[in-house]
Amino acid sequence: MSPASWRNPLRDPRDKRLPRIAGPSSLVIFGVTGDLARKKLMPAIYDLAHRGLLPAGFSLVGFARRDWEHQDFGELVHDSVREHARTPFKESVWNRLAEGIRFVQGTFDDDDAFDRLAKTLHELDEERGTGGNTAFYLSIPPGAFPVVTKQLARSGLAAADDKSWRRVVIEKPFGHDLKSARELNGIVNDVFPEESVFRIDHYLGKETVQNILALRFANQLFEPIWNANYIDHVQITMAEDIGLGGRAGYYDGIGAARDVIQNHLLQLLAFTAMDEPLSFEPKALRSEKAKVLAATKPMLPLDQTSARGQYAGGWQGGTKVPGLLQEAGFAKDSKTETYAAVTLEVQNRRWAGVPFYLRTGKRLGRRVTEIAVVFKRAPHLPFDSTQTEELGQNALVIRVQPDEGITLRFGSKVPGTTMEVRDVTMDFGYGHAFTESSPEAYERLILDVLLGEPSLFPVNEEVELSWEILDPVLEHWAKLGTAPEQYPPGSWGPKSADEMLERTGRHWRRP
Amino acid sequence: MIIDLPSTTTSALNKKLVEIREQGGQVALGRVLTLVIVADDDAKLEDAIEAANDASREHPSRVIVVAKGARTAAPRIDGQIRVGGDAGASEVIVLRLYGPLAAQGQSAVVPLLLPDAPIVTWWPGAGPKAPAEDPLGQLAQRRITDSAAEKSPIRALTTRAKAYVEGDTDLAWTRLTHWRAQLVSALDLPPYEKVLGATVTGEADSPSTELLAGWLAEYLKVPVHRVKSSSAQGIISVKLERKSGAIELTRPDGRVGTLTQPGQPQRRISLQRRNNPDCLVEELRRLDPDEVYEASLHGLHKIAATAPKAAPKAAAAKAPAAKTPADKAPAKRKTAEKSAS
Repeated sequence: MSPASWRNPLRDPRDKRLPRIAGPSSLVIFGVTGDLARKKLMPAIYDLAHRGLLPAGFSLVGFARRDWEHQDFGELVHDSVREHARTPFKESVWNRLAEGIRFVQGTFDDDDAFDRLAKTLHELDEERGTGGNTAFYLSIPPGAFPVVTKQLARSGLAAADDKSWRRVVIEKPFGHDLKSARELNGIVNDVFPEESVFRIDHYLGKETVQNILALRFANQLFEPIWNANYIDHVQITMAEDIGLGGRAGYYDGIGAARDVIQNHLLQLLAFTAMDEPLSFEPKALRSEKAKVLAATKPMLPLDQTSARGQYAGGWQGGTKVPGLLQEAGFAKDSKTETYAAVTLEVQNRRWAGVPFYLRTGKRLGRRVTEIAVVFKRAPHLPFDSTQTEELGQNALVIRVQPDEGITLRFGSKVPGTTMEVRDVTMDFGYGHAFTESSPEAYERLILDVLLGEPSLFPVNEEVELSWEILDPVLEHWAKLGTAPEQYPPGSWGPKSADEMLERTGRHWRRP
Repeated sequence: MIIDLPSTTTSALNKKLVEIREQGGQVALGRVLTLVIVADDDAKLEDAIEAANDASREHPSRVIVVAKGARTAAPRIDGQIRVGGDAGASEVIVLRLYGPLAAQGQSAVVPLLLPDAPIVTWWPGAGPKAPAEDPLGQLAQRRITDSAAEKSPIRALTTRAKAYVEGDTDLAWTRLTHWRAQLVSALDLPPYEKVLGATVTGEADSPSTELLAGWLAEYLKVPVHRVKSSSAQGIISVKLERKSGAIELTRPDGRVGTLTQPGQPQRRISLQRRNNPDCLVEELRRLDPDEVYEASLHGLHKIAATAPKAAPKAAAAKAPAAKTPADKAPAKRKTAEKSAS
């Protein structure tokens, strides 16, 4: 019987207890000694195993330059799991996982190493029955993509047949402008067809981000007011309190806008602003996201609607921290921005006239990511102005991290004999209403890769559309040629960013 | 924090709860459900509360424990409120009921239920024969029993199968989920062949083994043999016969399973026996009727009577032989039609 006509008699769509277990497969990680692999990927794989979501015979292959035996790599995985895994360490789970751990030593230009990798994968199929299904996780700089994908093609590893699949997982940055993004997509698509390319934007693996869809499309309460009639503006913030010490190699010349706005913030914008998809099929979801991204443009003139900054040295949270220009590895006259704010508009009927303010920065007040939907003021207030002095605008805030949840701000009467209205908040916290142990973003995303479920991965169309939105701003900044404005560490960004909102009578929310 | 309210009333308990909430903001969290635990006031009670506290990390709930004390004592409620560290992410109200009150648990529970939130009743020990007819079961959308905790587990399971009402569930069923998941995924893979027969081996008094056999019988619509063995605890092995060979999943030690499929290497799977908190977390995840459980209860009748160990093999060997001509016949007819047209 062919796979298409086979109906598994034990599957029942009503059986909601059964977890989604991935089919037989193996995962190859390139750049296995990197931070991401140690702190996120390998712990996530253990957590999946612990939750019983990995197939029997699942195998993990590490590829790196180090002269290691399988056991040495096993030890690295063991240590990183011990230290970073979310679920408790269980010997029996670990032992099953450890049986399938292999290591291949080599450099990316070493033909022999890739032949050994092919041999290892073949052996794993025979010993453990991975079915030849393989996912390649490229946790390496994009500069190395061409050589690795070429090697995979040369050694025959990239070619799927009708019985097994090959998938490739890549991480940001997806280029540094539209042109380079197209080149990169070209390089990857030369070897892997688009449907087997999984671009990881770990924000999309977060429960809170997926919950935006549930909040908007499963409830009657919000969608009727989710438009320009009621919404005044939207602020999307991703702030970090850490600096860039030690990341000069990656960050210098890239900057905050390319690093964060192009991918994470524009994806959050797409989720917030998109129309209802026909269904939650990957294709329907992606086409709505692409539609809203295609309608999104930066507001003009750019010198008034964008701002950038660079953190200066000073005191932050009780410690003395260096400014960007003093960080090791950065040019003394670096024009790389560590803070970026842009004003975007979504040119459709739903959002006409509603600015979307996106900002991100390093060394800001605290680590927080949130989407604040700020509503218009009530058109008429039957109160004296003295009674509503303390009443702000209603707001719905989706806290993406930390303290995941949703806050609703609205006016309420202050207890007492006079009529006085003040802002209060109504709060939904994930940690309160659900679980302490909601899965890590990487768990969800790795499982989705193994299952071949592409909903939560941006396609190259989305990547290219995002660059089309951001490129004019980047070009404008490059043309100015001036150094970004300095801002004190631990503050909420440069003055120009505040002025950018004040021009329209608005102000940034303090997250 | 544990607050004891000896010889109390439910309104006094309610008042105390509001007081705690106002003073410390302790209880001001979003509760998603009320879990009513019905048990005798004995040593096992704390285990059940512990399990509920563990589960509350995923499902913050108000836990109302109805502990039935001595029936001969004077009617009295001893209340206890636990919040904060002593209650996980939940708030626990223990009601120790004495005398005639012990049989009137629902009267004490109703005033303490959360508004709107769904109610789940759990009998961690011996439970009623027909959970939905029990006064404390009637309150609930979902009724969780545990056949394995009864004196004669198999009889308890079959009685409940007869009394099944939507919303009933049993932890013996929950303990099966990992086994079922492995078997389902094994059938997702090639060769895509019909299952011709099945054998389920397990302890004689393991209700989970019965349910697993019932589930297979109902969904595969083939003869399923139940073999009793005392070589290990709980479920020991499942064998699904197919034309190219059998899929076999065995767990001889209660911890690690081995999956054998023709043409595939043997695979070892972590298949640990599940503890109560783990099962309870899964149970609380869904509050709608479990149709698959109902179907499996229905399948209990279809299990072939216990046969000696050799019999299933013979039956399985016969089955394909009987099937083959039937399978081939339509195919032949098709080719004939083709050539005719």
